[in-house]
Amino acid sequence: MKPFLEVKNLSVSFPTHDGLVKASNDISFTVARGETLAVVGESGSGKSVTSLAVMGLHNRNTTNISGEAILNLETGPVDTISASPDAVRKLRGKSMAMIFQDPMSALHPYYSIGDQIAEAWGLYNKGSKKDGLKRATQMLELVGIPGAAKRVKEFPHQFSGGMRQRVMIAMALVNNPSLLIADEPTTALDVTVQSQILQLLREMQKEFNMAVILITHDLGVVAEVADRACVMYAGKIVEQSAIDDIYYTPDHPYTIGLLNSIPRVDQLEGRRLQAIPGQPPSLISLPRGCAFQPRCAFSHLVPNNRCVTEVPLLEEKIVGHFSRCHLTEAQLVQARSAVGSEA
Amino acid sequence: MLKFVAKRLMSTIIVVTLVSISVFLIFAFLPMDPARLTCGKGCSVPVIEANRHRLGLDVPVQVQYGRFAKGLFVGRTYGEGAAKIECPAPAFGYSFNKHECVTTLIAEAFPVTLSLATGAFILWLLLGVSLGVVAARRQNKWQDKASTVFVLVGISLPTFVSGILIYLIALRFNLINPIEAGRWVSPFANPIGWLKNFILPWITLALAFAATYTRFTRSNVIETSSEDYIRTARAKGLSEKVILRKHTLRAALAPIVTIAGLDFAGLLGGAIITEQIFNLPGLGRLSLRAVLIDYDLPVIVSTTILAATFVVVMNLVVDIAYAYIDPRVRVG
Repeated sequence: MKPFLEVKNLSVSFPTHDGLVKASNDISFTVARGETLAVVGESGSGKSVTSLAVMGLHNRNTTNISGEAILNLETGPVDTISASPDAVRKLRGKSMAMIFQDPMSALHPYYSIGDQIAEAWGLYNKGSKKDGLKRATQMLELVGIPGAAKRVKEFPHQFSGGMRQRVMIAMALVNNPSLLIADEPTTALDVTVQSQILQLLREMQKEFNMAVILITHDLGVVAEVADRACVMYAGKIVEQSAIDDIYYTPDHPYTIGLLNSIPRVDQLEGRRLQAIPGQPPSLISLPRGCAFQPRCAFSHLVPNNRCVTEVPLLEEKIVGHFSRCHLTEAQLVQARSAVGSEA
Repeated sequence: MLKFVAKRLMSTIIVVTLVSISVFLIFAFLPMDPARLTCGKGCSVPVIEANRHRLGLDVPVQVQYGRFAKGLFVGRTYGEGAAKIECPAPAFGYSFNKHECVTTLIAEAFPVTLSLATGAFILWLLLGVSLGVVAARRQNKWQDKASTVFVLVGISLPTFVSGILIYLIALRFNLINPIEAGRWVSPFANPIGWLKNFILPWITLALAFAATYTRFTRSNVIETSSEDYIRTARAKGLSEKVILRKHTLRAALAPIVTIAGLDFAGLLGGAIITEQIFNLPGLGRLSLRAVLIDYDLPVIVSTTILAATFVVVMNLVVDIAYAYIDPRVRVG
């Protein structure tokens, strides 16, 4: 069976006065139902831009989008990039849903929680407003909001951040979507609430058998919930693999750098956290070769200055483990251990 | 909600009282003598003093205010015997110039101003908001540019220019009869005549106000469109039409309620220039004549207090309306 979502060679760019901003470049990945794919990267690496393109939420007049994002629906495959805006709109909420980073501003301040959830429900279900509110109450109960029957009449400003994110999740799931894109769902929340929300997402995924794309910059979050991960840098996927391989045998110097910058309980005590030096490149004028080369600690290991002159391809070096790097597997082993030995 | 309204009502009463006291004091200490103005040049001192007594101006100012305030509730009597004049409650005073109780004068003028203000208000809201929405939706397209031209013209043209222009054009094409124009007709007795009488002044006022509303609506709609909750609405699968109507406009137009309320209240106090141009016997013209020609103090004091009251009361109405629109205001 085909995975529910197949993204193929998706590129998104924005024409500006300063030049073409290549926000995401030649992105390909798949997500199956019941599976969680994490898309990891720092700000500006193209994570959100890619997912907004899948959802058809970019303004087509001001954005250049190419490639495909195919939803394999029961009625047949639909490419959300080339389908008409109206056709894509009718997939939103029903086949694919999205929750956003900041639950404080993502809910309409003038409408009650119940009204907002019932509105989403009413789009794809026939029923009175009362039915909608009843369904909203059920959803609020499902996402663990205490006193749902009473709170359904309340307004967003009467909820805490974590509760609002639960409301967002309830609203996204009210039509039982096959794909849920969660764009940094826990970034605006404090740590204890973060793990509750992640727990909730995991339960909901089981309950609805959804394909989930989890966009985050937090590798801790990834480890907790994802099955596979794509690491993005400067608009490109630099590494893609099952989650354990990402953590234990990272195949790209950027991933290695990211992992070295966070504390881990499974590593030596006394290891110093290391930052990746430098800044990500401008998306208007990317380096000629590897976008990460200026910040890479190992590019000198590659002969003939290839990192500067030649864009590395995303290659499957080990089965199921892709990376975009000129280093050989032997050199990568060296790179991984080089970092370890500095401890 | 009831508590909120009661609290606001209390403060409204206090504000109106304070406004009336200040207006009263200002006019009491003006370097002119209303008693002297009651009769012509050759007036003798005893006549002036007699009139002063009849007007009730021979007592200290606080007593005058007390009588004024009392008159509002129980009515007021001027003079004695054969020359006795009675103004029933609410009595704003007596105009010796017009030989009429001020309340009567106001009661005659107010329907004119109310008609003028209401019609213009509806017209400029419709025009301003719809143009603003179109301009925002077609940002940087010709519709937007055309609305910018309209805004510039509307804001730069003062009503005494646009009003006279409209009047002249109407005269040229025989659209109005300058003799008939300005005669008050009730919309209930003669709706067509009423409409004919007011359509030009409405357009004049609406042009001036609509420009501001167009600009305001445009920028509010554009700003609201980039809010996160609009993206959420889109992600839900709502159509652009529903998003605009239910989500964008609700938030974008809420602040317009505030300025619309205050603009309307301001007009209720009298649109001096427009009423003058179109010869409409409204509150604006009543005040203007009282100030410039008649020095009719009771009228000036009354219309000023009335205008202030409109603003304060409208403010209250706006606050209550706002609590209905924005649930965040309601609590607390």
